[in-house]
Amino acid sequence: MMAVTSSGSAVVTLPSDTQILITREFNAPRRLVYKAWTTPELIKRWWSGEQGEVTLADVDLRVGGMWRYVMVAEGGFEVGFHGEYREIVPNERIICTEVYEGMPKGEAVNTHTFTETDGRTTLTVLVQHTSQEHRDAHINSGMEVGMQEAYDRLEQVAVSLR
Amino acid sequence: MARAATTTDAFNAVAEPRRRQILDVLAGGERPVNDLVMLLGLAQPLVSKHLRVLREVGLVEVRDDGRQRMYRLNGHALKPIHDWVKNYERSWSQRFDQLDVVLEELKEMEDGNDGSDE
Repeated sequence: MMAVTSSGSAVVTLPSDTQILITREFNAPRRLVYKAWTTPELIKRWWSGEQGEVTLADVDLRVGGMWRYVMVAEGGFEVGFHGEYREIVPNERIICTEVYEGMPKGEAVNTHTFTETDGRTTLTVLVQHTSQEHRDAHINSGMEVGMQEAYDRLEQVAVSLR
Repeated sequence: MARAATTTDAFNAVAEPRRRQILDVLAGGERPVNDLVMLLGLAQPLVSKHLRVLREVGLVEVRDDGRQRMYRLNGHALKPIHDWVKNYERSWSQRFDQLDVVLEELKEMEDGNDGSDE
């Protein structure tokens, strides 16, 4: 079994009031990163990170096609995201919209760029929101999931103390 | 996470592009207000107004140096913003760490069958 070497951590910057830029390098050619990014059974294995389990990954990979991911966090808190593909250049670029279903008004446009150098891939995800309010809420949403889990656990503890 | 709705937190203070410019300049060291006026090309009352907002949230500190008022950056006040983004960054890092595992498996599979599945 080959040792998995972490290629570094994600770097998040805020290039403007309405944008989020996420950058990460992977120790793999870009066609594999692209494949892992766009194949439902593979998406299910990484997309939730350590926050829970991906229960649905629908990918209709064509311009105008829809995607939808659903994750169940520990404690049963369910979060859904969906969007529409706007531009697809296989192994190079995906532009799609993204809506966090907990905040359906805040539609973002995400530009994913896969760049390969010497067999390694740099992925950038530029998230373009329509307002700073939505951008900020997006950054907060990850914390809300975490807080929800904490509340759920607190509730379990509280119930067990009755 | 709840944030103040008024202009009295660091988040709102840095939402204004000119105020971020001021912080960028002060990141290079302490400056009198005249320098800021010159470097930013803004009217002094406007610069003073922005500085007042930054002072109210603790992002800049001021001291009198003879007849000049010297402004400097207080990096600690930026910590809430740093923490806020870090939390988001952490969830992406965890996600990408899992993706690394998937990618290693895809590479092994390709090595095993010479990529004949593509």
